[in-house]
Amino acid sequence: MANLKEIRTRITSVNSTMQITSAMKMVSASKLKRAQDAITDMRPYAEKLQEILGNLCESLETSEGMYSAQRDVDNVLLVAITSNRGLCGGFNGNIIKECQRLIKEEYADNNVHILTIGKKAKDLLKSRSIETNQGDLPSDLEKVWESVNFETVAPIAQTLMDAFVAKSYDKVILVYNKFKNAAVQEVTPEQLLPVLPPEATENNAASDYIFEPNKEEIVADLIPKSLKVQLYKSILDSHASEHGARMTAMHKATDNAGELKKDLTLHYNKARQAAITGEILEIVGGAEALKN
Amino acid sequence: MRIEILTPDQELYSGEGSAVYAPGKDGSLGILENHAALITSLRKGKVEIETPNGRETFDVDGGVLEVLNNKVIILAE
Repeated sequence: MANLKEIRTRITSVNSTMQITSAMKMVSASKLKRAQDAITDMRPYAEKLQEILGNLCESLETSEGMYSAQRDVDNVLLVAITSNRGLCGGFNGNIIKECQRLIKEEYADNNVHILTIGKKAKDLLKSRSIETNQGDLPSDLEKVWESVNFETVAPIAQTLMDAFVAKSYDKVILVYNKFKNAAVQEVTPEQLLPVLPPEATENNAASDYIFEPNKEEIVADLIPKSLKVQLYKSILDSHASEHGARMTAMHKATDNAGELKKDLTLHYNKARQAAITGEILEIVGGAEALKN
Repeated sequence: MRIEILTPDQELYSGEGSAVYAPGKDGSLGILENHAALITSLRKGKVEIETPNGRETFDVDGGVLEVLNNKVIILAE
């Protein structure tokens, strides 16, 4: 059995680790709340936008636009959305795994490029010697996480749209963690470009609208907007997922640390008792020896 | 009539109002009670609304305005 001092040091270190993990859990819980609120705030906007687009496209025959052009797929761009920080369980690893699967299976015959949002994707892909952010792609997108709002996300969407129109890529896929609830995240590949036709809504009022300046122009205005919102939504989902994942991971870590501490304390008490018993035996032995 | 002004980050205004003045792409437009159904895109400028508590102004950087059944929704940016 390890000696008393060793066990004592280990208990102290487990204790301080436990404090850190439980603090991180608490921080994530409060950040998660805020991230969830951001999603809730965004939802009415996204829904309304989708509704208007649906209304428009229903009465519009030619949905052929520069963002919905279906070309022969040659160059694929994967947008891997991860966090900047670790200690959040399989959150980042799952994204990387999904990217690798897409490269090997789905797009094995295409040129696949990767754009990373978040430091972890960049680092992890680099360590697997997969090249990221080649060419004109921005490589400083981890700063998105410093303040998640629409103004910082919109330019990224614009970059992607421009690259698509310039035919640098024929397909743009977002790979991110969809937020189910605090404990469950789902890795989702989602097509951003070309635009999938919006589902027409069952709304008879659509035909009665007055359009100003005209339908085509409004659609041309709305499509980029909806793309930006789609990217923004995936970033928000990712953000909430990150904190959810970290909360769960840290909760488990705290539990494990508690168990470890209990075990160690038991060991420590046993060792201490054994030492005391040994000492008493010695004293008794010594006293016996003196008597004789 | 009911007025809602939404941005992706938050809800700027939601409540009753008697008039909306918005910078339409083809020129400013004013919307009063019982306006016909309308969809129009906006350019950068100021949206003003007449609320029961006086006039309120919001800066928008483009957006879309929809009027339907005496309800005005502005998706601003």
